Amino acid sequence: MKEGRPRSFYVLAIFFAAYVLFLYGPMIAIYVLSFQGPQGGLTFPMNGVSTYWLAKLFQGTGIIDLGASFRRSLLLGVIVMAITVVLSVAAGMAFRRKFRAQSILFYSAIASLIVPSIITSLGISLEFRIIDDLIKAHWNENFETSMGLLTSGLGAHLTWTLPFGLLIMFAIFNRFDPRLEEAARDLGATPWQAFRHVVLPIILPSVIGIGLFGFTLSWDELARSSQAIGAVNTLPLDLQGLTTTVTNPDIYALGTIISAVSFAVITLALGTIHMLNKRQAAKGSDAGKGLV
Amino acid sequence: MDTSEDILQQASPDLVRGSDKARPAKAARLSPSFISWLQAGPMMLVFLAFFLIPLVFVVIVSFWDYNEYQLLPAFSGRGYTDTFEGCIAQLPDLCTIAKTYLKTLKLCFLVWAITLFIGFWVAYFLAFHVKSKTWQMGLSLLCTIPFWTSNVIRMIAWIPLLGRNGLVNSGLMKIGLVNQPVEWLLFSEFSVVLALVHLFTFFMVVPIFNSMIRIDKSLIEAAYDAGATGLQTLLNVIIPLAKPGIVIGSIFVITIVMGDFITIGVMGGQQIAAAGKIIETRVNALQFPAAAANAVILLVITFLIITMMSRIVDIKKEL
Repeated sequence: MKEGRPRSFYVLAIFFAAYVLFLYGPMIAIYVLSFQGPQGGLTFPMNGVSTYWLAKLFQGTGIIDLGASFRRSLLLGVIVMAITVVLSVAAGMAFRRKFRAQSILFYSAIASLIVPSIITSLGISLEFRIIDDLIKAHWNENFETSMGLLTSGLGAHLTWTLPFGLLIMFAIFNRFDPRLEEAARDLGATPWQAFRHVVLPIILPSVIGIGLFGFTLSWDELARSSQAIGAVNTLPLDLQGLTTTVTNPDIYALGTIISAVSFAVITLALGTIHMLNKRQAAKGSDAGKGLV
Repeated sequence: MDTSEDILQQASPDLVRGSDKARPAKAARLSPSFISWLQAGPMMLVFLAFFLIPLVFVVIVSFWDYNEYQLLPAFSGRGYTDTFEGCIAQLPDLCTIAKTYLKTLKLCFLVWAITLFIGFWVAYFLAFHVKSKTWQMGLSLLCTIPFWTSNVIRMIAWIPLLGRNGLVNSGLMKIGLVNQPVEWLLFSEFSVVLALVHLFTFFMVVPIFNSMIRIDKSLIEAAYDAGATGLQTLLNVIIPLAKPGIVIGSIFVITIVMGDFITIGVMGGQQIAAAGKIIETRVNALQFPAAAANAVILLVITFLIITMMSRIVDIKKEL
């Protein structure tokens, strides 16, 4: 190809920059506006700068208990993350071998990803209502409901995070060299030892990536929570509730806090991944370097 | 331990396949297919309990009867007849439900076309013009990060920009382009499409980028050497090879937009009806069979679109 950059490079670079501005511009507007002065409204110009609206969130606004939904979302996010990591890694290992029902699991995951969220959500809510009716009819007339954060809500979130986890595992094992594992076995390692000391350290950066996906997908999940969470609310649900009644910048302050948690998790995860990659590069292979 | 020998002999031929060939007999206490079941079983159970069975319930309940406050488990077509009430009588005028589905399809098509355009060129830029791997990673991360933050926040982020007193309107008034605020910027079809594009272009960029990055660069050079113009290379080499990514991205965007009710609700100022919104409204009115009937209709439409698209490309092969 020709030396230097073709004209199309500059056209597309400008297009790309415009896209990034389009992505970030509105979000930055929100973050800035959450620092409105106490008299400030929902739009620019800023009326002073303060942390009034952020502080107001933590005092409790009266209508909804944001502290409680914050803790609920955090709890659910952490549990979803843990389950997503364990089940995805396990299933990813299974897919390295052929097994029956392989394609059923694969197509379930893909279908779960692309069936509109509202349908999954409605289905889970119907399922739990029918379970409730059965319990009421046969065992306990005073039974309230089996729906809840850690039953139907957890299940709803997992149908969203597990497909991503599985697809990431496919990507990892596409690049994985099975000879490393064979070598471990030849040296007498049990399958568990081979996994623990050879496979896991190599895939660990990506496993942290799965955890990152699991947490943030759950933390921001709305459509699947909407029908399937039961009586309680998660933070995104509260936020959505606020959009219809909003008159104050506290909604932006809430948005800023949700984003701040997401960004903190992303930074933490990327930092850990980076550290692990560096360690791998430093300690990974000393082949050809001679004896120390 | 003679038992392990026995198991090894009885085990399915899976054992000698692939990387398991080198496994010493001692390690084979459990048969490989049993291990696979242990490993994949938990995930399968989650999908069974929270996805497959719920889907079956949606279909079953769509044929149940209902009254003001409860489900009646008796076969009835009421969920469907209530949905299409008066549609035949009204012909040739379209009834509300038909209009709603058409509107959803229209929004879907607009968002698809725009995200495809943006996604294709963004991915093209990243895959073919950014030469350094570090820059490529950095720039794709830049596109990915907003996806990791709340959708509702990214939606409401448009309000201070597009509102009556928003930045865009005050800007337009300041430079004298308009005398009074432009009303259709917010809580309109325009703002719905804008927000959907903003939220979901990511789902188009990633798969297209993934298939473009796998294109062998020497093919493109060969096209140039054979005298093809840039446009010819694009049409005859790059687009056909990026097709799997385009199809996968399209499936994502289309299914998300078809089922969306939150973005359309918030950005449409609760004024624009869409397929997902009907389901939500019916649920709020506790008319579950009617909600389920609409879910089934939506599912069928989505399934038809996906089948059409997956005829173009084998999705499983591409992953």
